Amino acid sequence: MHAIEILGLEKTYSIGFWRKRPKRALHPLHLAIEDGEIFGFLGPNGAGKTTTLKMLMGLVFPSGGSARILGMELDDPRMKAQIGFLPEQPYFYDYLTARELLRYYGQLSGVDSRQLSSSVNAVLEKVGLRDAMNVQLRKFSKGMLQRAGIAQAILHDPKVVFLDEPMSGLDPMGRREVRSLIEELKEEGKTVFFSTHILSDAEALCDRVAVINLGQLRGVGAVADLTSGVKGKVEIVWQGSAVPAAIKSSGGETHVAGETTRAVISEQDQDAAIDALRRDRLRLISVTPVRASLEDYFMAQLRLGAEEAVTR
Amino acid sequence: MNSRIWHIATNTFREAVRDRVLYNLIAFALLMSGAAVLVGQISIGIERLVVINLGLTAVSLFGIVIAIFIGIGLVSKEIEKRTLYTVLSRPVRRWEFVAGKFFGLSGTLIVNTFFMAIGVFVALLYVSHSFKHADTGILIALYFIVLQFLIITALALLFSSFSSPLLSAVFAFALFVIGTFAEDLRGFASLTHGVTRWLATGAAYLVPNFSALNVISQVAHESSVSRQLIAYNTAYALVYTIAVLSATALVFERRNLK
Repeated sequence: MHAIEILGLEKTYSIGFWRKRPKRALHPLHLAIEDGEIFGFLGPNGAGKTTTLKMLMGLVFPSGGSARILGMELDDPRMKAQIGFLPEQPYFYDYLTARELLRYYGQLSGVDSRQLSSSVNAVLEKVGLRDAMNVQLRKFSKGMLQRAGIAQAILHDPKVVFLDEPMSGLDPMGRREVRSLIEELKEEGKTVFFSTHILSDAEALCDRVAVINLGQLRGVGAVADLTSGVKGKVEIVWQGSAVPAAIKSSGGETHVAGETTRAVISEQDQDAAIDALRRDRLRLISVTPVRASLEDYFMAQLRLGAEEAVTR
Repeated sequence: MNSRIWHIATNTFREAVRDRVLYNLIAFALLMSGAAVLVGQISIGIERLVVINLGLTAVSLFGIVIAIFIGIGLVSKEIEKRTLYTVLSRPVRRWEFVAGKFFGLSGTLIVNTFFMAIGVFVALLYVSHSFKHADTGILIALYFIVLQFLIITALALLFSSFSSPLLSAVFAFALFVIGTFAEDLRGFASLTHGVTRWLATGAAYLVPNFSALNVISQVAHESSVSRQLIAYNTAYALVYTIAVLSATALVFERRNLK
């Protein structure tokens, strides 16, 4: 059984006041997320990430398709007791203290009243809010609110945790802490599904990722598998400060540092660049392949999506 | 009441208390003490009548204003601030959320009315130095006022589930005003004929009948309120409130929380 199974989930909104016209927010989406996996859902702003998460949480109703979490339907309360959700830029009841907020959410999730206090204290400790537990949330910084958000998502020991942009608004320290928290969740055997547009986080954390753009799934798989198909780049270093015209026109980045010049160009321009260096009698020092990153893959998919949109 | 409804209700009550809603009691206390002192000086023989009329009308107006202005934000504010997302992603059904919000605000209004009622009785004691048997009628009038609060809270919640706070306030207040003249509307409907009669009668019975729930003047003049009216008003308010809450739940169940 998959932890999350999405079968053709799609969403079309009606926009306009008098003459309503359909706007597709999500094309039929098919995804299967394994138990215990950290799955990254990547895409630029407005790609359809939050719409997908909202449909999975039962906040927005799909126009078509279906999905199951832990083998249960999306409106099944038994399933909802076993999942945790952190919305994007969370906002909580600011008249409550962190402790009161978590007690309230624990009660709604059906946490045993005898265990509630110890669960709340443990999770506050885990997210580093123990000292601020009796402070009203209206006095919290953005980073502290994000931590409170993560605390409410994991308080009831869910099997599957959904995090919508969990790193947004956090400073580098905070991001590192959230990363290690997500790793801890995986060690505890939980499935983590998180959306982000911060690719380095996804690259560092995820077992698999899916890239979505303009409401369409562009690719899904392990980061290494996805990036292996991307045409790489090469770094060429030569002596001297002159830059041959063929390298200039390739559109790569060039940096002159003292007596050497460094250029990063695409693999396909490599031979032409080396020939140009020979012709200009510039001494070649090194040619090093640059490994394709998730960012390269991501950007390639976005370009592809944009080209397809133009041809349509 | 299931535990989730109870927790949502207590949280709604806590929100009202922490947002200093009960501070209106200070204004009410000042009004009642000022009225008691003033009435004692300027009205001879009708102090009771004036204090009861003024006190109960103030209880009603303070409560209606709270019911409308908090009620209209009960759902829309939660959607706008996205606090609802972390509630509905838990094993909480949408109708349970609606019911919890309703009971929470109703509880706030009942507690508020309880303290205001004490204020009315204290002012009454100040001007007439003793209570009469007829003063029990004040309790019935207060009970009817609470029934009005239940209806208006349910209506504010209904509008809040699909409309903006401003429009919800306009709708709820308009219905309160129209409902105050519900008996006149019914009388007007009976004078018309044909399709107009059907339409006017339908509209007259659709708006909440707040005039039947207003016995302030009757109580102030020491007239008794029949048991039949108490039973009728109780049944009417409960049926009307449940119908409006069911409509709210139906609307809210289908709403996309964008």
